Amino acid sequence: MDLNRRAFLKAGAAAGGGLLLSVRLPVSMRDAEAASPTAADRFAPNGFIRIGRDGRVTLIVHKAEMGQGVYTSMPMLVAEELEVGLDQVHLEPAPPDHTLYADPLLHQQATGNSTSVRGAWEPLRRAGATGRAMLVSAAAQSWKVDASSCRAERGTVIHVPTGRRVTYGALADAAAKLPVPDTVALKDPKDFRLIGTPAKRLDSPDKVNGKAQFGIDVKVPGMKVATVAACPVFGGKLAGVDESKAKAVTGVRQVVRLDNAVAVIGDHMWAAQRGLRALDIRWDEGPHAALTTADIVQQLETASQKPGVVARREGDVVRAMAGAARKVEAVYQTPFLAHATMEPMNCTVHVRKDGCDVWVGTQVQTAAQAAAAQVTGLPLEKVRLHQYLLGGGFGRRLEIDFIAQAVQIAKRVEGPVKVVWTREEDTQHGVYKPYFYDRLAAGLDEQGMPIAWSHRLTGSSVMARMVPPAFKNGLDPDTIEGAAEPPYTFPNMLVDYVRQEPPGIPTGWWRGVGPTHNVFVVESFIDELAAAAKKDPFEYRRALLAGSPRARGVLELAVEKAGWGKPLPSGRGRGISLVHAFGETYIAQVAEVSVSKEGDVHAHRIVVAVDCGMIVNPDTVKAQMESGVNFGLGAALFNEITLKDGRVEQANFNNYRALRINEAPVIDVYLVKSAEAPGGIGEPGTCGVAPAVTNAIFAATGKRLRKLPVDSAQLRST
Amino acid sequence: MVRLRINGKLHQVDVPPDMPLLWTLRDVIGLTGTKFGCGMALCGACTVHLDGQPIRSCVTPVSAAIGKRVTTIEAVGATPSGGKIQKAWLDLDVVQCGYCQSGQIMSASALLAKNPRPTDADIDAAMAGNICRCGTYPRIRAAIKQAARSVSATEKGV
Repeated sequence: MDLNRRAFLKAGAAAGGGLLLSVRLPVSMRDAEAASPTAADRFAPNGFIRIGRDGRVTLIVHKAEMGQGVYTSMPMLVAEELEVGLDQVHLEPAPPDHTLYADPLLHQQATGNSTSVRGAWEPLRRAGATGRAMLVSAAAQSWKVDASSCRAERGTVIHVPTGRRVTYGALADAAAKLPVPDTVALKDPKDFRLIGTPAKRLDSPDKVNGKAQFGIDVKVPGMKVATVAACPVFGGKLAGVDESKAKAVTGVRQVVRLDNAVAVIGDHMWAAQRGLRALDIRWDEGPHAALTTADIVQQLETASQKPGVVARREGDVVRAMAGAARKVEAVYQTPFLAHATMEPMNCTVHVRKDGCDVWVGTQVQTAAQAAAAQVTGLPLEKVRLHQYLLGGGFGRRLEIDFIAQAVQIAKRVEGPVKVVWTREEDTQHGVYKPYFYDRLAAGLDEQGMPIAWSHRLTGSSVMARMVPPAFKNGLDPDTIEGAAEPPYTFPNMLVDYVRQEPPGIPTGWWRGVGPTHNVFVVESFIDELAAAAKKDPFEYRRALLAGSPRARGVLELAVEKAGWGKPLPSGRGRGISLVHAFGETYIAQVAEVSVSKEGDVHAHRIVVAVDCGMIVNPDTVKAQMESGVNFGLGAALFNEITLKDGRVEQANFNNYRALRINEAPVIDVYLVKSAEAPGGIGEPGTCGVAPAVTNAIFAATGKRLRKLPVDSAQLRST
Repeated sequence: MVRLRINGKLHQVDVPPDMPLLWTLRDVIGLTGTKFGCGMALCGACTVHLDGQPIRSCVTPVSAAIGKRVTTIEAVGATPSGGKIQKAWLDLDVVQCGYCQSGQIMSASALLAKNPRPTDADIDAAMAGNICRCGTYPRIRAAIKQAARSVSATEKGV
């Protein structure tokens, strides 16, 4: 697939004739350009559609497909207004281009934070509508009729009074010569024929027959395969390596030394792996060689004792707390987590004197291109990035570490090289969900209702590293999302953040980002308050939701569908959680779990009620709820990344467990019909499952878990 | 030289006999539908059939495949159970990122070939070795049951 279409996109007319649709950037995208140091100093049209003379309709998808369904939802937005069927379109991943494809919410060409539909909802429909308007105009002009007497349907323009028809392909040349209209009318949602329907995923057929191409599947003539060992301690360096043993392995071609890693290049992965295993490598382990998780937790605990930067202040918490009938306090802790995407990190690179090709599945096309340019010293336009499917992202493929490393290796190799990390390398050289240490306190009135709420978060700011301009005055919007503005109303409230970066372990975004951490803490603590007040956890929450009817709506729906209050056998319990995040998405979950005498937890059923505004594809929303729940559940039950002697102790799926089918609950998803603007959906399903489960464990056992993952030893009753 | 019969075709490959079948398929023969996930038979992404039996190709030396029929995701659709499994997967839109699904489909096809009416416990036993980080498990379970119903419908001549 040739993705190097920049020149073509700029030209405004499809090579070989036809229409390339150009739409003006929405204001927010122009703002993003102005704010970005990498902004191009030119205006270029935005391209999402290409229609050839042969009638082939190609929709260009600027988002990374990593399972969340953007290769279906993005085309649905365009096709709805362009008036083509999903069965009539071909998809092409967009090349890196900040000006054309920056997300209006993320201010860069990136896929994350559940922004795809939120950001593209209007621009992509406008792109489709503009295309349709130009095609209709071209047809009307050729027929010398008024455009208003024509309509479009399935790639054809029809002159309604006479029934004359002409295909988009036949109109492509004429439409390309027309000026782009300044304004176009978008459909009234009641006229949607595609948006809101459970359209089949466009990427499914190739994913069930082995044809789908992920980054790791790239085949380039003359390509070698490399695998890597980086210093097992973060921050360490390569001290020396004896290459002779590796070079003796059949199929090994080369050993490449980097500052902090060694790569073995072979004819295939097996040769590279055997060569790497044969190497005697000496490391200079650097300053973190003795680091343990306990050291980091100790630092967080100490840092959490001093006030942080205020993220939210309402009323006077100190005075309200002093006057409270009762005070409840707790400390919550959430661990470092790896992403463990099914497809291990990989990147294929060919560096030449005059250019560089990068084949990779990335969540950040422009940043990946820039990283390759930086490592090679080539100008940006000499780096061609070929985007592939992602075998899972979850935030890991927002990082460019593995891409930069692959380019460094490729610089030292003649011809193209595919760098593939082993699972062990992937687990031990991740960019981890940060450990957080949270202090909470609440003051309750005589009736047990909260009159004061204080929450201090202590941990890493991923935003400060990834998007420095968004880290302002000691705060970033992601770290505090779900904590500063919980769905509940408290008359007196103080939320503050202490930034404490852990030494010796990189931190990054993990599915559900800030809210995954904060929702666990807030929803657990509100459950504690209900218990302290001896009130039903559902009724207690509902009483605090007067200001949020949509939150109350999903909560009521979830408890109704879950049979809340119906008796359960001994050892079983139900727990609730509530999420409001990623724009205006509201999710309530009710988990039903059992706890064995040995302390083993099994989640039987999770009921999920979702109000995410207008829905593009209801089946995708359901799928993302199922996915988010299982992703979060596995982590809550099993996962933590720990350090000993500066090394990550976990390595593969034996000691960094993934949820398996026999452990997966029944998940019942209920969608609320809404005319509100779309909210995010890929991330938030993950956020609410841990507290729903731990609250259910409390209901079943009376034991409150304030630290993840679930510790069976604490739940044993024998 | 190692002679292999893969998806009905004979291949002669110059690889060491202890090289895992996975890398022979992917890096030497070019059949990339079979995926690398863990290298230790922990995740099932590399599942292929040897004489119809599901095996983890990442820990199976290529020598173990000599004289046997190797079936991969690229050809499993031609088997009766594989075709039904793929159809059910499409009907229910099981896939998300899709990376593990080759292995899931190979395990599910082998299950259905052996057991036309698998219970939930049978599905758990046959599929617990296949990890899906997107958590498509509810749909995997439902799709296997749907494929099983289509098997019984075929048997009844419906």
